[in-house]
Amino acid sequence: MNRIKTLQDLFKRYRRPGDMVFALTFFIFSVFLLASIPDQVVWVKRTKLFAQPAFWPTIAIGLMVLFSLFHLIGSLVSERIPGRLQEVLYWLRSVEFALWFMAYVAVVPVLGYLLSTILFCGLLSFRMGYRGLRWMAASTLFAVAVVVLFKAFLQVKLPAGLIYEGLPDGIRSFMMTYL
Amino acid sequence: MDTFLSGVELLARFDVALALLIGSVGGVIIGAIPGVGPAVAIAILLPATFSMEPLVGLTMLLGIYGSSMFGGALPAILINTPGTAVNALTTYDGHPMTRSGQALKALGLAYGASFAGGIISIVVLILLSPVLAEIAPMFGSREIFLAALLGIVLVIIAHRGQTFAAGMLAAFGIFLGTVGLEPVKYTQRFTFGQEWLASGVNLIVVVLGLFAISQAFVLLNEPESAPKTQRIRGSMWNALKEVLRYKRVTSAGAGFGVLMGMIPGVGEFTAQFLSYTYAQKTSKDPDLFGKGSPEGLVASESANNAVPAAAMIPLLALGIPGEALTAMMLSVFYVHNVIPGPALFQGKLDFVYALYMAMIVLNVIVIVFMLFSSNLLIRIIRIPTRFLGVMILTLSFVGVYSLRNSASDCAIAAVFGIFGLILKRQNLPIVPIVLGIVLGGIMEVKLRSAMARVKTPLDFVDRPIAALIATAIVVLIVAHIWGVIRERRSREPEMSHDHDVHDSQMR
Repeated sequence: MNRIKTLQDLFKRYRRPGDMVFALTFFIFSVFLLASIPDQVVWVKRTKLFAQPAFWPTIAIGLMVLFSLFHLIGSLVSERIPGRLQEVLYWLRSVEFALWFMAYVAVVPVLGYLLSTILFCGLLSFRMGYRGLRWMAASTLFAVAVVVLFKAFLQVKLPAGLIYEGLPDGIRSFMMTYL
Repeated sequence: MDTFLSGVELLARFDVALALLIGSVGGVIIGAIPGVGPAVAIAILLPATFSMEPLVGLTMLLGIYGSSMFGGALPAILINTPGTAVNALTTYDGHPMTRSGQALKALGLAYGASFAGGIISIVVLILLSPVLAEIAPMFGSREIFLAALLGIVLVIIAHRGQTFAAGMLAAFGIFLGTVGLEPVKYTQRFTFGQEWLASGVNLIVVVLGLFAISQAFVLLNEPESAPKTQRIRGSMWNALKEVLRYKRVTSAGAGFGVLMGMIPGVGEFTAQFLSYTYAQKTSKDPDLFGKGSPEGLVASESANNAVPAAAMIPLLALGIPGEALTAMMLSVFYVHNVIPGPALFQGKLDFVYALYMAMIVLNVIVIVFMLFSSNLLIRIIRIPTRFLGVMILTLSFVGVYSLRNSASDCAIAAVFGIFGLILKRQNLPIVPIVLGIVLGGIMEVKLRSAMARVKTPLDFVDRPIAALIATAIVVLIVAHIWGVIRERRSREPEMSHDHDVHDSQMR
């Protein structure tokens, strides 16, 4: 296989399996936005074209439709690369991790940042196949380090857990501020 | 000279020094781990820096930006996997050198070239700053609008072979930037009656999704791998000094880095490629390029490390970020109500000098760190990839959620995470979306204020800089179309090229 030969070569990217699915989906999405323009933006009276609130969304969506149409045509006229279904299944597999992430988001206001992070790291590590005692210790250590760094040290804004309410006074305010 | 000294004074503070140290050492480590790059790290840390002073926050982020390429050279050379996107070209010559038993020499050259490239570029820019401060006020609304448009055009045509995709993604970015309640006529744009869309799609949420969460998803989805490496023996100091034998290539690389870094939408890849081509064409041994040429390695590493300093120029002088990392840094300014632009360059030149001095210090910290730490880094880069995925996802949460404690932000970020994964799998670029969001917003505001004084279309380009940028835009588009037509005529089979050179571009 040749490596880079010309400057133009460096900027080239090539198609991958599933390109048709992506091109088609993006085109449909763009057309949907185009169709929504009348409902979703307003043309204000006595205002110049460039100052219209609808001006930039219309330009952007117009370009999306145009470019995605060309991109779709490019995919349609190109040779099909095998492995389309597997590729789409690969995309769908990532939904599982998105759900893990959202579960973490839902749990933090209830259990507090520290406990939720330890649980999230431990369970997801277990799910990914890191099941030994050493890995569990590593994931717990990582979780505690993240909480201490961001909540205690950098003081980022995160809600205190509901369960902290049940703690004795002295510990409660410490937990709410630092963990 | 006075402004320069007051810039130095700004830096001489404990918190700034600490931020620099954390940023630079952290950046090296992050750069060295394949699978996490500066974009992921900056996206995660961004909300945490909002509570810091602008200079402290920016030096930390700059530290990560400027030092990650040092770290990224290590896995590129030792295991043929670039640590960050811009080390891809380093693998071409670095890894063959490792295979022929010259790992230490390759690492020394890469670090030395990065250091020299970084320092040369910063010195050039410090010297140029007074000139830029003179030019910056000539940029009014229409010039800034045209410069932002130039950035969009460049980022689209730079993705040759995927121009249409880059175009639709950049347009998508511009569209995303318009969603929500607009601030002039107070109308809703594309909110579909949803309250959570009224405040718009936050740039940081999108960036965290596209860069960090998507990378976590990719790592979690892929089969496990933990790279094997060998220890480095010998004196790194002696290896570093070898770079002095390639002064010409190093300075040319730094020159290309400075020039390309200043133009929005271009960046490291073009700089590296021009530098690499120049080195090859002027080399006594051009056939060795791609097979372990020290000159090739020096050309690539000196160019990429010269870009960060130069990329700060359009950001600070015009408020126009040229690529994803400076786009993220722009939000640090916005949070503190400091709007970068001609006024900043004119009125607060000491702040600009302070940032440049900080970059010099960070290069020194990193090179000293590199002298002793290669073997330590080798141990760190062996983190198994799926565990790394768990770590990135955990850190992404704090990045998104700490912004405004909003679960809908997290959901949007997760959706963009999946979208980013698809783009990465499709070998499509992420940067046009980010630039679209940022530059689209700038274009909207600047066009509105520029058109107030424009009667006929020609008025728009009746000032020299506006005319120059407008001409550049037209020439670039025409040249691009002409280049594509010419390329069609001498077409090579699609599969005869290296398809994976851009694989790591989005980390």
